Amino acid sequence: METGAVTDPAPAGAVTDRAPDAVTDPAEGEAVVDRAAEAVIDRVMPSTGGVIPKGRAGRAASASTASGRPVEPGPAVELAGVAKVFNAGRPDEVTALDGVDLTVGRGEFVSLIGPSGCGKSTLLRLVADLVPPTGGTVRVADRSARQARRDLAYGIAFQQAGLLDWRTVARNVELPLELRGLSRRDRQGKAREMLELVGLADFAGHYPDQLSGGMQQRVAIARALAVDPPLLLMDEPFGALDEMTRERLQDELLRICARKGTSALFVTHSIPEAVYLSDRVVVMSARPGRIVEIVGVELGERTEATRQSAAFFAGITRVREALRGTPARSAPPAGADQAAAGAPA
Amino acid sequence: MPTSGRGGWRGRGRVAAGTLGATLLGVLLWEGYKAVGDPDGTMLFGVRLLPRADDAAMPHVAEILGRFADPELAGGEPVGMVVLRAAAFTLRGVAVGFAVAVLVGALLAVLMQRFRVAERGLLPYVVLSQTVPLIALAPVIAGWGGQFSIGSRPWQPWMSVAVIATYLAFFPIAVGLLRGLQSPAPIAEELMRSYAAGWWRTLVKLRLPAARPYLFPALRLAGAAAVVGAVVGEISTGTRGGIGRLVVEYAREATTDPAKVYTALLGAALLGLVVAGAVGLAELLLSPRRRASTR
Repeated sequence: METGAVTDPAPAGAVTDRAPDAVTDPAEGEAVVDRAAEAVIDRVMPSTGGVIPKGRAGRAASASTASGRPVEPGPAVELAGVAKVFNAGRPDEVTALDGVDLTVGRGEFVSLIGPSGCGKSTLLRLVADLVPPTGGTVRVADRSARQARRDLAYGIAFQQAGLLDWRTVARNVELPLELRGLSRRDRQGKAREMLELVGLADFAGHYPDQLSGGMQQRVAIARALAVDPPLLLMDEPFGALDEMTRERLQDELLRICARKGTSALFVTHSIPEAVYLSDRVVVMSARPGRIVEIVGVELGERTEATRQSAAFFAGITRVREALRGTPARSAPPAGADQAAAGAPA
Repeated sequence: MPTSGRGGWRGRGRVAAGTLGATLLGVLLWEGYKAVGDPDGTMLFGVRLLPRADDAAMPHVAEILGRFADPELAGGEPVGMVVLRAAAFTLRGVAVGFAVAVLVGALLAVLMQRFRVAERGLLPYVVLSQTVPLIALAPVIAGWGGQFSIGSRPWQPWMSVAVIATYLAFFPIAVGLLRGLQSPAPIAEELMRSYAAGWWRTLVKLRLPAARPYLFPALRLAGAAAVVGAVVGEISTGTRGGIGRLVVEYAREATTDPAKVYTALLGAALLGLVVAGAVGLAELLLSPRRRASTR
């Protein structure tokens, strides 16, 4: 929650101090229908069964054929010289991000990792156009971030589930579909499909407060995926989950992204998670938030064996080194790495 | 979900039993004090701590209930009918006043939620409005009302009463609903923003449903305030035909016919019950969760 720490404009009166432009666009949400129609046509294809295809070229190609959508030129996300300063000119001024350049290719899976306060959540919010940058440009699918948000070009899941507690689980998943003007039948079908995906089909009629935190989070992920977004923005979505569920959902997420050619920007605290999921891992440093290094991951198709492979551990080591800013002395078994973490970097 | 909540039959029976029990307890306290209390009131160091327990100050419950059946004046209608008719007359003012109050309160709340400037500018006046003494305000409203007419229909005295009821009742709605509209977590607002939902759709899909738990307590307060406003409004504007007038008239006869004024007071209480019942019914109908649990 590093953004929470830096975005609070003033502790006093923070409760009533809402972003005034958060909901001020009455004309928004008009150009929704055609994308919604696409989403309906874009039915889920049969499962690939155990093997999750990886690699940008293959996925981009499958995206164009699977959806019938022309592959638009340009990257999914393009950040150039992006800076974000909170409370500029005040004593509590915080530079959350400074000089960030990052490109997420179409169909690419990019993770953001770094210590608390490095601005990775802020970076995600900039892409989502939930906060405006104070410098540089943010472009999403060849559009301004604002336009991309209005065009519903992304799905988003936060660290907290953020479910509406007066809606059933199924109706929560339906919410974004409802706002896109889908018919009731299409909504219900899609919601059922998504709940099956996250293993909560039996809980469709429950209310959020009847679910555990992990289950709520899975509902939130189902909700983010329900709209078949070309870009997924996720802020530590698996943080509250148990390890088993976490690994299963990681695989499901990769499978969905592969099937739909979805690009993803994924904030995480977990090095293994970042390495397992990503084509590239963006390592950031704090105060001011900067990109330290971008670690490419070449693990090929993810299988059960991937989590035990030498390449996987090598990737983890490289990310860990980048985080620490110094090379580790040897490939770390679990024990050695605890000891090293205690030493000053 | 608990099946024996307030929606189930068992739960409903419990509520009914509770209501009956509370009523009985009230009667027992009344009659018990009458039996043991000093007819001249309980005095301590020259200060009367408890009221007189004689028949003039505290008539027997049976006597009060019996008074409903007796004629108002010699050979006239039974008091019960008169009280009921007066309550019905006042109910019109209460209902219209309450409805307008809901409308005005909701508009103010939405306006204050939408524009921070409006919240800063309006809220102090909304609070201030409730500090103006009603007794002072009522004649002014009645005076203003006399200069208006709705279409070809002239202004009726009960409309002044409704305005006074509105004046008292809009406040809890405006304040309660504003809190409710502001209650969604920032993350839910961000989510709606990410869905490119504009202000209106965020209001309909997020803020209003989130405000529901705040709204119904506010409506209950507003209902009670509307009843008080209407009764006091009738008294202070001198409007005839309502329960407020009846209370004043019967109070004048308190020395000769002490039970009579209590019939009028019970009529006013009945009004309050009707309004509370209406709000409860609305809550039942507008709460999807309770409906789901009884399915």
